[in-house]
Amino acid sequence: MNARRPLMARPQPWMVRTLLLGALVVYPLLVPVFWVVSVGAYAIVLGIIALSLTFLAAYGGMISMAQMAIAGAAGYALAIFSLHSASGDIALLPWPSAVAVAMVVGTGTGLLIGVVAVRSQGIYMLMSTLAIAMILFYLAQQNTTLLHGFDGFRGVAVPTVSGMSLRDPLPFYYLCLVFGALLYGLVLYLVRTPFGLAIQGIRDDPRRMTSLGYRVAWHQVAAYGVAGFIAAVGGVLALWYHGGISPGSIGMTATVSVLIASVIGGLGHPRGAFIGALTYVLIQIFAVDLVGNERFNSLIGFVFLVIVMLSPDGLIGLWRRIRGDRTGLGGVVVAPRQ
Amino acid sequence: MVGHRLSRIAAAAGIAAAFSVSAFAQGTVRIGGLATLDGPFVALGQEAFRAMELALEEANYTAGGRKIEWIKESSDGRPDVALTKARKLIEQDKVDILIGPMSGGEGLAVKEYAKSVPNRTFVNGFSAAQETTLVSPAPNFFRFSTDGAQWQAGLGTYAYDTKGYRNVAVVAGDYSFGYTQVLGFMSEFCAKGGKVIEKIWVPNGTKDFSSSIARIPAKADAVYVMLGGADAVNFLTQYDQSGAKQPLIAGSNVVDQTVLSSKGPFQRQLVGTPSAHMVADEIDTQAYRDYVAQYKKRFPNALSSPSAPYYGYYVATKAVLTALNQVGGDISGDQAKFRQALAGVKLDTAYGPVRLDENRQAIANIYVTEVARRADGSLYNRPIKVIPNVNQTLGQPRDAFVARGVPSRDNPSCP
Repeated sequence: MNARRPLMARPQPWMVRTLLLGALVVYPLLVPVFWVVSVGAYAIVLGIIALSLTFLAAYGGMISMAQMAIAGAAGYALAIFSLHSASGDIALLPWPSAVAVAMVVGTGTGLLIGVVAVRSQGIYMLMSTLAIAMILFYLAQQNTTLLHGFDGFRGVAVPTVSGMSLRDPLPFYYLCLVFGALLYGLVLYLVRTPFGLAIQGIRDDPRRMTSLGYRVAWHQVAAYGVAGFIAAVGGVLALWYHGGISPGSIGMTATVSVLIASVIGGLGHPRGAFIGALTYVLIQIFAVDLVGNERFNSLIGFVFLVIVMLSPDGLIGLWRRIRGDRTGLGGVVVAPRQ
Repeated sequence: MVGHRLSRIAAAAGIAAAFSVSAFAQGTVRIGGLATLDGPFVALGQEAFRAMELALEEANYTAGGRKIEWIKESSDGRPDVALTKARKLIEQDKVDILIGPMSGGEGLAVKEYAKSVPNRTFVNGFSAAQETTLVSPAPNFFRFSTDGAQWQAGLGTYAYDTKGYRNVAVVAGDYSFGYTQVLGFMSEFCAKGGKVIEKIWVPNGTKDFSSSIARIPAKADAVYVMLGGADAVNFLTQYDQSGAKQPLIAGSNVVDQTVLSSKGPFQRQLVGTPSAHMVADEIDTQAYRDYVAQYKKRFPNALSSPSAPYYGYYVATKAVLTALNQVGGDISGDQAKFRQALAGVKLDTAYGPVRLDENRQAIANIYVTEVARRADGSLYNRPIKVIPNVNQTLGQPRDAFVARGVPSRDNPSCP
């Protein structure tokens, strides 16, 4: 392990974190409902899924293109056991059990994909996880008995807790905020544990970690499991946000949007996932007002290109550079590739 | 009591502030348009916006004495994206009336969303899934175009009686619109006594149809095909190359202008192919000639004749303008007055009269057509027969029709 791990990073001032959290808590009370759900909550949901990728990339040095598919696996599992437009009047499971099943399915899918993916590295890992994501996409599109094929699930019921639908704007926003904050905290905590340190050690020098007696592949698979768990939370929230899921939700465009959000924000630190997701969502929504409907993909591609050219470690890297922090890495670690 | 009343006034003021916004005060009506300028349905989305533009220009962007502000949004054909964009139009752009979306899955998603904003009005653009208005319809969702099953009215009878087909094989897209169209065809064809001896469902985006074509039974008198866009062109090309000689019966999308104008030897297979749709080409009425002339004058570089999605969005916009005129632009409160007028709107279109049933679903004419060749070599859908006033239950009692369940791979069945 070298000195570039976050353990040595300059600690974030508690003031900033408390202020930011406070701002996020009062935010929905100040803005119209559109900004609460369609911007705020949705950015957090996409951010959670991007966080699972950023966790793998920043601390494990692994790029997985399958995170949206994992979120989709959790979403599909939850949809199957929930009330939906084709389910009749009785759900297969009460919603807490259905969510538990979805979490198990998502985490399990993450572990299984990890088992396959850790046999390769770098671009090869990216390609193999992309292939797995596409396999799951075609499975969803072609399985009509269980997954309802091209049409997917519509009108999925969102749970009501003590008379309050979790899909109402404020409850849903706070639900997303709580889980976003918890998972963000989980990642920051995890990378300081012996497991997290081992993951970073493997990222920096797998051969040395092997000679120290670490089972490299098992640690990497476990990291995929953690990422699967994070993505599964995002998948459950995304299902409730959209009120349904279809193969398009886990297709190529959706898969790439996670990568774009992560890279725009910066793959070096978990906060990049949320910053990138917010940027992506804002561009997606307001591109029409800037450049017209037909040019959304051009704009997002252009922004992506500019950020990659100017600041390979994303918006968080750009911010650091503006502050003139050239010496230390300011808590940002760019995963070195071996 | 006073406190109770005060809190109610405060609540009402809060709701008014949150929802009605400044639109009413300024005297403008905001109409949102949602279509697809991205993804596989780009050409359809362009047609949709042409239709809205022309209809609004005709009205000089005023209705019921109020200015109309038109806000466009684009989806890419995915339900999730359509939902996000519908939310943006309603919540951010504060449109009073939303016209759209384009495709079936999007329509189902937007209908579910409509239930959560009961004080706005949604008018369907071109989406044609049967479920949208048949099963648990939203009280503020209106559809002035017919659905995929209605589009096939008359085709089963024509295939059985006039063409004399008895055994038919089906090759169709494996999704709700495919099931819906097959149901529309089969409900008449099977009632006549015809048999559908094999159904071959193919996923959207299939490139290689050789295994599907190989599965078509030799004893089938004809093959009913329901595929869209590039899938249709691929299938027709490979069907032609395989040397198959069985005649085709076409679902509505197969003989769409986008397919008919694709060049290739498969075109010879298509001439004489029967189909049915809510639109047809070269109808011999003054209303139709005016409709086409107006389209060609305003959009000289567009298609050779207005397409089905153009018609869907055009009728929807016309209906909204008519209702706004009837209520003098009054969309105050929860738009109840406007909605009541909209439910009663009767339009005379180039393709005949359009009115709504109690689920706010269109009852309109359907055209049985045959592909024919013009003198210049181009293909068009020649109208053979008009089936007047086709309703959503295809003339059957509503309870019996609904009881048969949503169309699926195995529903209906008459092997």
